[in-house]
Amino acid sequence: MGNAAADRIAERFAGLRAEGRAGFVTFVTAGDPDFETSLAIVKGLPAAGADLIELGMPFSDPMADGPAIQASSQRALKAGGSLKRTLELVGAFRDGDDGTPVVLMGYYNPIYIYGVERFIDDALAAGVDGLIVVDLPPEEDEELCLPALEAGLHFIRLATPTTDEKRLPKVLTNTSGFIYFVSITGITGTKSVDSEAVAGAVSRLRESTELPIAVGFGIKTPEQAAAIARVADAAVVGSALVNRIAEGADASGEAKAGLVASVLECARELAEGVRNARLDAPAAGDRRLSSAKGS
Amino acid sequence: MEALNTYREGPDEKGHFGIYGGRYVAETLMPLILDLERAYGEAKIDPAFIQELDYYLEHYAGRPSPLYHAKRLSERLEGAKIYFKRDELNHTGAHKINNCLGQILLARRMNKSRIIAETGAGQHGVAVATVCALFDLDCVVYMGETDIERQAPNVFRMKLLGAEVVPVSSGSKTLKDAMNEALRDWVANVGNTFYLIGTAAGPHPYPAMVRDFQSVIGHEVREQILKAEGRLADTLVACIGGGSNAIGLFHPFLDDAGVAMIAVEAAGKGIETGAHAASITAGAPGVLHGNRTYLLQDDDGQITEAHSISAGLDYPGIGPEHAWLRDTGRVTYVSATDDEALEAFSLCTRLEGIIPALEPAHALAHVMKIAGDLPNDHLLVMNLCGRGDKDVPTVAKALGVEL
Repeated sequence: MGNAAADRIAERFAGLRAEGRAGFVTFVTAGDPDFETSLAIVKGLPAAGADLIELGMPFSDPMADGPAIQASSQRALKAGGSLKRTLELVGAFRDGDDGTPVVLMGYYNPIYIYGVERFIDDALAAGVDGLIVVDLPPEEDEELCLPALEAGLHFIRLATPTTDEKRLPKVLTNTSGFIYFVSITGITGTKSVDSEAVAGAVSRLRESTELPIAVGFGIKTPEQAAAIARVADAAVVGSALVNRIAEGADASGEAKAGLVASVLECARELAEGVRNARLDAPAAGDRRLSSAKGS
Repeated sequence: MEALNTYREGPDEKGHFGIYGGRYVAETLMPLILDLERAYGEAKIDPAFIQELDYYLEHYAGRPSPLYHAKRLSERLEGAKIYFKRDELNHTGAHKINNCLGQILLARRMNKSRIIAETGAGQHGVAVATVCALFDLDCVVYMGETDIERQAPNVFRMKLLGAEVVPVSSGSKTLKDAMNEALRDWVANVGNTFYLIGTAAGPHPYPAMVRDFQSVIGHEVREQILKAEGRLADTLVACIGGGSNAIGLFHPFLDDAGVAMIAVEAAGKGIETGAHAASITAGAPGVLHGNRTYLLQDDDGQITEAHSISAGLDYPGIGPEHAWLRDTGRVTYVSATDDEALEAFSLCTRLEGIIPALEPAHALAHVMKIAGDLPNDHLLVMNLCGRGDKDVPTVAKALGVEL
């Protein structure tokens, strides 16, 4: 990475290892349901237990997302959301929090239209730590991945149940920060995670990479989050939080009173699941974390 | 690619036509797309596959379709000698069956048991449902709610054929949203499902594969016009939404310098109103649905809604090879409005006794603009790529007639 001193993602995972627990990663769409409410949510997430924040970049055609996150993108866009506003939101969050890593997640077209070089500069200036761009597989690394890595932004790749052993090395090349294992074949917020299958997949991934492994796409409840936290380095929850935003907004997308508190309460319950996961049931998947503890 | 002396070599091994095309898909789909590329690469040079496809094209779809001299229309327009490539006479009423037969045979070869597709006008959906009935495969067609309303006859046809038609209520509720939903289905059903894309767009290898299957149109035209006139046509005209009928007609002629080519986009209520589907005329390069191409979008890269009276042209993008052909200048891209298409629809019906689909009515609208200025020995071939039965309710509504 360009600037190791400011590598918040590596520092955060090192801290988690020292604590002997998995991380809790939250996903909300930037600007959902409006800029101010979204900023209040994001500012509240670390105190609610988020170890790492993923922020969705709103897009009109989110092809890998289920109905909950599709609707969140539409609310954000309707309220004036844009890539520029997303970066402003990160900047405003960074004013009060210099430790929590922020990863932007979304689709390539808004970045392409913004201009790749300008985007990388502005993202770094705002305090973004990494990027997850769903529709940029390794085959298209020259577009954004390589220039981003060069500039010091992590490029976090998705590995999926269809990523077989032959393809995995390609997925791991030019990946940094952590690996995001998509626990289901499907779109966000639909199927439920099968924690046993995930445990097997995560241990296979560990044979090929030293990077931390986060798991997401099917985790809805504190119990599911805990099950994942026993085998992976972090659990990602998106649709469950985004559903709270949907419930807290009226039909036109305006935030009703109590929306922020409701989302943060949901985050707190999930975070508790993650934090307590290994206290009541240490599992075989802990092997790398426990061996790394003393280092 | 610019260094080559041919326009017919693309795409490169990564699926690029110049800067366009590519494989911009989620990781879950990448292995499937690579499998498909491999399987298609093997099939297209396998004589058994080619023979089987030719058999179905001839005996099931009814190919070759005639090249017909539209004499009364030519006389009325007082200029070019106009031929129609009669692809509306194919089984299921449009050129879409050419591609569906190719892809369904490939799906069978790959042992896939479930077919998914997107459809706008319903012509592709009907063609997919048809080949699924023929080969006894499960069929799910995604269709925007707006399109379901305006193309009711095709929805019923698909259901009769045994397909499940899933209404799509997200976004603009038209073709682009149906494509999003089909991609979501594919990600969730990777094991047994084949995505049968209807136009020459999407991630590599679809644009090249669909083009190859549709190129039967241009290959036939070449033989037919040589037989009828002893020389190639001077101008080819086709309508363009995603661009499969246009690329199918054009591709075999791209290296014939004397053949001019014009693709006609849908200008909807007029380019200046913003309510149109003219991605090349009024869009900019971007990345959507697996490829880089011209898209209708705002300055934040959000895809904007397209509009056309013709559901089959109502898409905010265009196939990547067309984007490249536009930039190289080999093909000229123009547009025709809803009203112009309706006028062409009526003229063709009255003069030639052929009710065209509203999609090729856009191509005809442009032919009406240019034919009069061309000499009588100017040979113009227009792809009459679909018949208008499905559009009768839409046209009645536009003309204020209650059915």
